[in-house]
Amino acid sequence: MKIIKEAIAGTLESSDLLVKVAPNEQGKLDIVVQSEVIKQFGKQIQQAAAETLHRLEISQATVIIEDKGALDYAIRARVQAAVLRAAALEDIDWGKLS
Amino acid sequence: MKIRRSMLFVPGDNPAMLSTAFVYKPDSIMFDLEDAVSPREKDSARLLVFHALRHPAYRDIEKVVRINALHSEFGLKDLEAAVRGRADVVRLPKTDSADAVRELASHVARLEEKCGRLAGETKVMAAIESASGVVNALAIATASPRMMAIALAGFDYLVDMHTRRSGGSEPELFYARAAVLHAARAAHIDAFDVAYGDVNDDEGFLREVQIAKELGFNGKSLIHPRQVDLLHRAYAPTQKELDYAKRVIAMAEEARRNGLGVVSLDGQMIDPPVIEEAQYVLSRSYVS
Repeated sequence: MKIIKEAIAGTLESSDLLVKVAPNEQGKLDIVVQSEVIKQFGKQIQQAAAETLHRLEISQATVIIEDKGALDYAIRARVQAAVLRAAALEDIDWGKLS
Repeated sequence: MKIRRSMLFVPGDNPAMLSTAFVYKPDSIMFDLEDAVSPREKDSARLLVFHALRHPAYRDIEKVVRINALHSEFGLKDLEAAVRGRADVVRLPKTDSADAVRELASHVARLEEKCGRLAGETKVMAAIESASGVVNALAIATASPRMMAIALAGFDYLVDMHTRRSGGSEPELFYARAAVLHAARAAHIDAFDVAYGDVNDDEGFLREVQIAKELGFNGKSLIHPRQVDLLHRAYAPTQKELDYAKRVIAMAEEARRNGLGVVSLDGQMIDPPVIEEAQYVLSRSYVS
């Protein structure tokens, strides 16, 4: 899957997160996580995002996550939504979302 | 028999509510992808609901997804997310005809096969929101073996009828409630009364609950968590009802042991319908 434009998904409401996805000019995958609970859950958030991107076969993108205490399922859902928007894809390959 | 008194709406695009709604212990929880979600957020909400459906916190609760109309640009995508997410029930909004239910059931069957779910596992229910829907209620209720309930949705229905909520005994809803309820009973499925919109008006809410309960509705659609406990308390049998039901069952048992047919209790004949009602009252005493 190829990221072709900038896109965001989610909100900055409590228990949610805002995910920004953009093309990466250096051809790398950069994931930046900002969270008030970064010390306790930073690794888990990073891991959930990385796994989700891997399943979607995203290897080149800049992904910035502003977490507001979201649970794992919400992180995966918001990352998926932002990626699908950034890739301008209408149809979902559900096998890559599970 | 599954007890369905409360079906709690949860906006599909709200992680805070999706993450906590189970703590209020409604009998069914309904993730809403329709009116609660703006058109530009439908895609993101669909993914949230797909993942929330599989969250362990919701393992032991009946999960319903309200999809957008099938012929909208969102409907079939919502349905695929619901079936793949293993929703127990799909709620079809604004159902006017049996054909709409049959079309939904046909898509559900196709998706169950596509994603490896057991055929027939996904149930459907229809929300009746128009005069046409009320008039066709029986045909809708019996349109598919997947149908497990019909719900009357008051707001759109009253707009269609060119009237509004009056409060009190709500004569404007009487025919629709009676028609939907009769259709459900004839089809042997459950019936949900309208949602009550003013979440700060407990008195009005409980007045409406009493109407629904006395008419015979299984329960109501709810739009706020605080309505769950109010509804459950109102639907619980009173101590007087419980005591009487226990006496009926004891009397019926004794009659059976002694080989008697019909017996009487406090001057009232204890026949099969009375015994069935007593069993129903007792069954409701065991749910919180």
